[in-house]
Amino acid sequence: MTHPRKWLVPSLYIVFLMLPIYGLLAMSFKTTNEILGGFSFFPQEFTLENYKVIFTDPTWYNGYINSIIYVVINTVISVSVALPAAYAFSRYRFLGDKHLFFWLLTNRMAPPAVFALPFFQLYSAIGLFDTHIAVALAHCLFNIPLAVWILEGFMSGVPKELDETAYLDGYPFWRFFIRIFIPTIAAGIGVAAFFCFMYSWVELLLAKTLTSVDAKPIAATMTRTASSSGYELGLLAAAGSLTIIPGAIVIYFVRNYIAKGFALGRV
Amino acid sequence: MNKTTNPRAWWFVVPMLALVAFNAFIPLMTVVNYAFQETFGDNVFFWEGVTWFEQVLRSDRFHAALGRQLLFTGMIIAIEVPLGIAVALAMPRKGPWVSVCLVLMALPLLIPWNVVGAMWNIFALPDIGLLGHALNSMGFDYNFTRQPVSAWMTTVVMDVWHWTSLIVLLCYAGLSSIPDAYYQAAHIDGASRWAVFRYIQLPKMKRVLTIAILLRFMDSFMIYTEPFVLTGGGPGNTTTFLSIDLVKIALGQFDLGPAAAMSLIYFLVVLLICWAFYTLMMRGEDQ
Repeated sequence: MTHPRKWLVPSLYIVFLMLPIYGLLAMSFKTTNEILGGFSFFPQEFTLENYKVIFTDPTWYNGYINSIIYVVINTVISVSVALPAAYAFSRYRFLGDKHLFFWLLTNRMAPPAVFALPFFQLYSAIGLFDTHIAVALAHCLFNIPLAVWILEGFMSGVPKELDETAYLDGYPFWRFFIRIFIPTIAAGIGVAAFFCFMYSWVELLLAKTLTSVDAKPIAATMTRTASSSGYELGLLAAAGSLTIIPGAIVIYFVRNYIAKGFALGRV
Repeated sequence: MNKTTNPRAWWFVVPMLALVAFNAFIPLMTVVNYAFQETFGDNVFFWEGVTWFEQVLRSDRFHAALGRQLLFTGMIIAIEVPLGIAVALAMPRKGPWVSVCLVLMALPLLIPWNVVGAMWNIFALPDIGLLGHALNSMGFDYNFTRQPVSAWMTTVVMDVWHWTSLIVLLCYAGLSSIPDAYYQAAHIDGASRWAVFRYIQLPKMKRVLTIAILLRFMDSFMIYTEPFVLTGGGPGNTTTFLSIDLVKIALGQFDLGPAAAMSLIYFLVVLLICWAFYTLMMRGEDQ
């Protein structure tokens, strides 16, 4: 099976993926004059000025902190309410279970553009506008269905005998669930958390609609800078490059789960 | 798996249900409210019946946006699925390079969507971007802010760049669950490369491919941020997809009635296609 030419396809694909990222990185190390002066593959006058602005200006670095806060809150909420729900779907039959499951998935299909304005009105009405918790709760709309879907797949892959043996051994339900069951599906929880993190981190429309100052995500800071201060491409490129880092860290942690985990349990 | 009937299992679902329902029902009812009524502010509403729905369904603008949306979704699925399968098949199956490949390939998935748009905007700038500069110095006349064809190509390639990895990762996961014994048996039988793909690899990938196509369909049908940042829907209206058009009507012109009616129609279209696809694939799995 080992063909030397087989390497060609993934390598070319990875080069294709890396080119725009390289373009962004290269631009973040250039001065504004150099950027507007014409094209150059490598930065001619290498500068860290753009990064310095971001790390010293609170409107910039607070954007990162805000984004990370609501993404983490959202991931914790989504996974912890999805766990018991997924368990119920994978183990029991109850009134309306199939309809409920499909209804859940329909929320994953709801375009955020449809919900932007009503969300703004709802969260303003209950006084949560411009808080981290508002964005975290709003992102539950699509992350909980996804987490339930993924976890249900993993849980269905665990034989039911595990539950029954534990009950025969006299474990009360919650002790069994926390001590035995959750460690068994740790890979599934990792993958579900990965997906929740991913979709909450990359979403902008709702996050931007629900915040103004105190909880403004980095992505929104970027769009506003782009329009207000004209052509500061270097700064924009530096801010963009920095948004890649949290994702890269998360991927590094789940890299061993990716191969099996992305199959969502039941392959 | 044989499940036991247990009505008390509802209690496990309640917290999840409360959160999702809070986020789904109240906003959805707001949209329904606007869709059937006319308002002049101050929370005064007049019943309009289905006027807005008729207006939207008859408007050329909606037809054009829906057409562009369908074309876009069709194009990206037609490119991403075969490309994703091809890359997944060619990936190394063991060794240290597997992790490196997976991590690098997953990278585009975790970049915020407006950064993806901004990155491609910078990448494709005709005079100073890497792609734009390369294409122009090779003699192509390329300017995505002025030429509809260039704008379309850039948007499609951006989506391929952004999302093909999801299909690669899902297919790779399906492939890595195939035991080596299957390949050895196929080798002994003298099976061709195509036969191995058709009868061993494709069936194992079927479930994950369903998930992949479903996710790609849903997400590309809702696409907003990336093309908005890249082209702003232009030049003219040529890359104005459904979401962009919707936001223009709702927040730009503040025509809440037509926007709400359009939202509901839009949502129903997504729902219908996903339901049909899901049912078809599940029926195929049962057989």
